[in-house]
Amino acid sequence: MTTLATRPETATPAPARKPKRKLGPGALTVVTWVIAILFVFPLLWMILTAFKQEADAYTDPPKLFFSPTFDQIANVLKGGFLPYVSNSAFVTVLSTLLVLLLGIPAAYALSLAPVKKTSNALGFFLSTKMLPIVAAIIPLYIISQNTELLDTVWALVILYTSMNLPLAIWMMRSFFLEVPHEMIEAGRIDGANLPTLLRKIIMPVVAPGIAATALICVIFSWTEFFYAVNLTAARAGTVPVFLVGFITSEGLYWAQLSAAALLASLPVMIVGWFAQNHLVRGLSMGAVK
Amino acid sequence: MSAEVVYEKASRIYPGAQAVRAVDQLDLDVPDGEFLVLVGPSGSGKSTALRMLAGLEDVDEGAIRIGDRDVTGLPPKDRDIAMVFQSYALYPHMTVADNMGFALKLRGLSKADIDAKVAEAAKMLDLSKYLDRKPKALSGGQRQRVAMGRAIVREPSVFLMDEPLSNLDAKLRVETRANIAKLQQRLGTTTIYVTHDQVEAMTMGDRVAVLKDGVLQQCASPRELYENPTNSFVAGFIGSPAMNLANLPLTEGGVKLGDVVLPLPRSVVSAASSQDLKEVTFGVRPESLQLVSEGGFELVVELVEELGADAYLHGKVGDDRFVVRVDGRTPPRMGDNVRVGLRGEGETHAFNPETTLRLS
Repeated sequence: MTTLATRPETATPAPARKPKRKLGPGALTVVTWVIAILFVFPLLWMILTAFKQEADAYTDPPKLFFSPTFDQIANVLKGGFLPYVSNSAFVTVLSTLLVLLLGIPAAYALSLAPVKKTSNALGFFLSTKMLPIVAAIIPLYIISQNTELLDTVWALVILYTSMNLPLAIWMMRSFFLEVPHEMIEAGRIDGANLPTLLRKIIMPVVAPGIAATALICVIFSWTEFFYAVNLTAARAGTVPVFLVGFITSEGLYWAQLSAAALLASLPVMIVGWFAQNHLVRGLSMGAVK
Repeated sequence: MSAEVVYEKASRIYPGAQAVRAVDQLDLDVPDGEFLVLVGPSGSGKSTALRMLAGLEDVDEGAIRIGDRDVTGLPPKDRDIAMVFQSYALYPHMTVADNMGFALKLRGLSKADIDAKVAEAAKMLDLSKYLDRKPKALSGGQRQRVAMGRAIVREPSVFLMDEPLSNLDAKLRVETRANIAKLQQRLGTTTIYVTHDQVEAMTMGDRVAVLKDGVLQQCASPRELYENPTNSFVAGFIGSPAMNLANLPLTEGGVKLGDVVLPLPRSVVSAASSQDLKEVTFGVRPESLQLVSEGGFELVVELVEELGADAYLHGKVGDDRFVVRVDGRTPPRMGDNVRVGLRGEGETHAFNPETTLRLS
């Protein structure tokens, strides 16, 4: 969310460069706020609705003033939310760790110590993202069934790892490429062997980039829905699957759904808030030199 | 312990459809304690030669020795060298003290020993106040000194410097140039210094090695390079402004420029005739020419560069361009016709136009 909110700011230099359409700083601020509110509005609405009674959530025109209640949040927590959270947390943390474990050496090998066929390998990684997952879901379902991974967290761990790995390698590779070559050479002359070089010189420099990559993986895993809804049920369901449970044949429970959605997005929002500086720097560092 | 450095027919060949010999059969002997400057235009292989000594480039042919050790196949860390890079290559996440002490820490020295050595080097380089800062909080000149300090604390056998001054502004460069030369004299450590700036080469080096296209052209003292360049490339490269070089026809006792004959020493004339030459590449430095009232050749002044003490006249004689140094107080003006003569005997140079080699 924090990245979305900053997007208008990064877009503003473009009009400023053209003298013809120059906006004053006051106007720029207004534009920035308008766009930011547009982006954040659904989120605000969700938060508002989460504290309403179910009856208040349905009124037309919507009520802006109401007596807030924690009933919905309590209901969600009572209604079996926590197992889903623990599934999500397990899958997210483990798959992100696996991505880093596999991705960091790969990114290193594809940037600082280029191997033969580097561009082929990079192209291959990217190509795995080209197939729409919906096209692969039936084979994946059958494989999961035959390997008895259906409705287990392990199926999701494997899939999320493979889903995030190509992106993570590409991202981290761009951070590794920014490490000055001469600095590594200076380290070699100073007497560092490869492990020391990696630990003491390269890793501290790329750490913000790796943090940003990890955060992206966390967000993608936490919010992933398609695999989760198709390959899990009661036992291994994740938070997005839980949210859908509020869409029933009797209709939508808006207030409860909002309360659940709020709880579901809290971890990502909190992590994003703390990491926002790293994240923005990390994302822009890879893109522009 | 400082040491001698020897390149023995060392070559670096970049493979490819057309293999490039970046450094070609380099033979160089740098005695213990000498300050040797490698100089040449970009692409001359000077940096590659230095990096071969550092162990950052392979030696494809020949060998390199430091002291009595053959280091040809050794990794950089086992060569007992320290290098200062053009970009300084400081570790951005470490303080100045940690940057300087990193190599000692890897060597397993005690914290107290490291601190003492770092403090000593910092004092020498006027960095004591900045030991707790990170590189990004330092100015360009300070960073450069940290890079020097990182090399000094290791007390290596050889210092390698790869254009360490080219990221400094002009004034600071001149100042630092003198400081590095002083420091090297004080430490007495063998130093190989790469630069493309021939003024740096002339002012800093005990000896200067001029490279072109990976081939060593001449290695001699600055004075020797200036007075007796071995070929027309070295003649044109060393000296600022560059030596005037023109292909002129030989006549009785000299060369013909316009309507006058410029005399050449007898030895040059006989060398030219024994090589059966019709013309020679005649060279004369701007400072070896002077304005004369009679005799000499006529020059049409096209440009006057005034530098205060001196002025440089740029002009043409026929198709050949000449630069002449004159007194800065009363320079001729653009468009003037002036007469120019040689300042003294023996300040002219002549080269074989085919082989470019010096005639003498």
